[in-house]
Amino acid sequence: MIIVEENKCDFCGTCVAVCPVDAIELFEAQIDILHDRCIDCDLCVWICPIEVLHTVEKEMASA
Amino acid sequence: MKDEYDLIVVGGGPAGSTAAKFAAEGGASVLMLEKDRDIGMPVRCGEAVGAEGLARFIEPNDKWIASKINSFRLVSPAGLSVDIEGLSDGGYVLDRRIFDYELALMAGNAGATIMTKAYVYDLVKEGDSVKGVKIKYLNEKVEFRSKIIIAADGVESRVGRWAGLKTTIKLKDMESAIQISVGNVDCKPNRLDFYLGSEVAPGGYLWVFPKGDKYANIGLGVAGNHNKSKSARKYLDNFMEKNYPEASILTTVVGGVPCAHTLPKIAADNIMLAGDAAHMVNPVSGGGIVSGMQGGRLAGTRAAEAIRAGDYSYKFLTKYEKQWHKLLGKSYERMYKIKSAVGKLTDDDLNRTAEIISSLPQSKRTLGRVFKTALMKHPKLLFDVVRAFASV
Repeated sequence: MIIVEENKCDFCGTCVAVCPVDAIELFEAQIDILHDRCIDCDLCVWICPIEVLHTVEKEMASA
Repeated sequence: MKDEYDLIVVGGGPAGSTAAKFAAEGGASVLMLEKDRDIGMPVRCGEAVGAEGLARFIEPNDKWIASKINSFRLVSPAGLSVDIEGLSDGGYVLDRRIFDYELALMAGNAGATIMTKAYVYDLVKEGDSVKGVKIKYLNEKVEFRSKIIIAADGVESRVGRWAGLKTTIKLKDMESAIQISVGNVDCKPNRLDFYLGSEVAPGGYLWVFPKGDKYANIGLGVAGNHNKSKSARKYLDNFMEKNYPEASILTTVVGGVPCAHTLPKIAADNIMLAGDAAHMVNPVSGGGIVSGMQGGRLAGTRAAEAIRAGDYSYKFLTKYEKQWHKLLGKSYERMYKIKSAVGKLTDDDLNRTAEIISSLPQSKRTLGRVFKTALMKHPKLLFDVVRAFASV
């Protein structure tokens, strides 16, 4: 699953623009990944100019 | 404050302000919403613009012109600099903070109501039809109704998506970009510098755009499919370390530049898209200031016509799509083909081209001559590319 390092994010919306399933919500200085929609295509991870999105194993994220 | 307007414009950038101005001048009641506290901030933009295109909209004014441009420098992957001087149609590096303010002021003076810190989080819908926007303003939720919405909410446009328009962009067509505004750098005040090559900015380019004495915007865009292995930030860090280790960084901005052609469908019942939200960007240069304003003008004008006609249907608004396509959309499709061809050039190709041009004496290195020579030797492409920049 995808996680965002929110304290490093610039909230530029580049990831939102490439997401094929509208699974990223950007509110002012807050960004949410809608995990039930996300298809783990990783496009957002690849496009981020400053590498604040990452793929992690589900278990790690919940740990 | 009213809670109902003829037109709501979402986004207070150049496209939004221009749309708001033309719609208000056409007699519509207009509300323009900007999510940030200030119009024009943060500036996610290289700020370079062609003089001629801009003059159609606004009288040049030194208060928002940071520097006047009359030459280009292309730096090949091998490091060979090629200067092209005496551009007949020059350009500017803007101070967008002031420029965007000025455009919003024009909209306001034409009668548009403007609200900043107004964050649109959803649309008001009745069935499938769009009836307005829901916003958060000073921690309160407020609804505004309108007959038409113009979504000029940037590359990440969500308003368009909510209305059912497909605005997603392909990874390879999105430039992952980063820019720093820096002091203490050597830069020529009247020249735009472009660095090319797979080491510097694969699938894109790096720019040094002067904004004053020892003061410049330095940024780059990397095609999305290249950003995967190494991010834009790392490319920029490498460049700065090598070329400007003493630079003082005043601002860093990041963002995406949609280098595709314009979306085929930029209108639907009660809604039009304009600017980056509609991908109204020159796909070769990534420039979108004037083109966004052109789109805004067409959308705003059509909105006013729709209000006067009492018809907000797609059938009525589709004229906007046709006008855009005729004005710039079609040429951006050609530009997109050029971009794709340029993307296939190797570093060796670029180096060879630079050598050919630099073999011309400086006095003869006008754009026209450069192109003629380059044309004979091979890269017709270069002609198209620089022309694309000249019309940013």
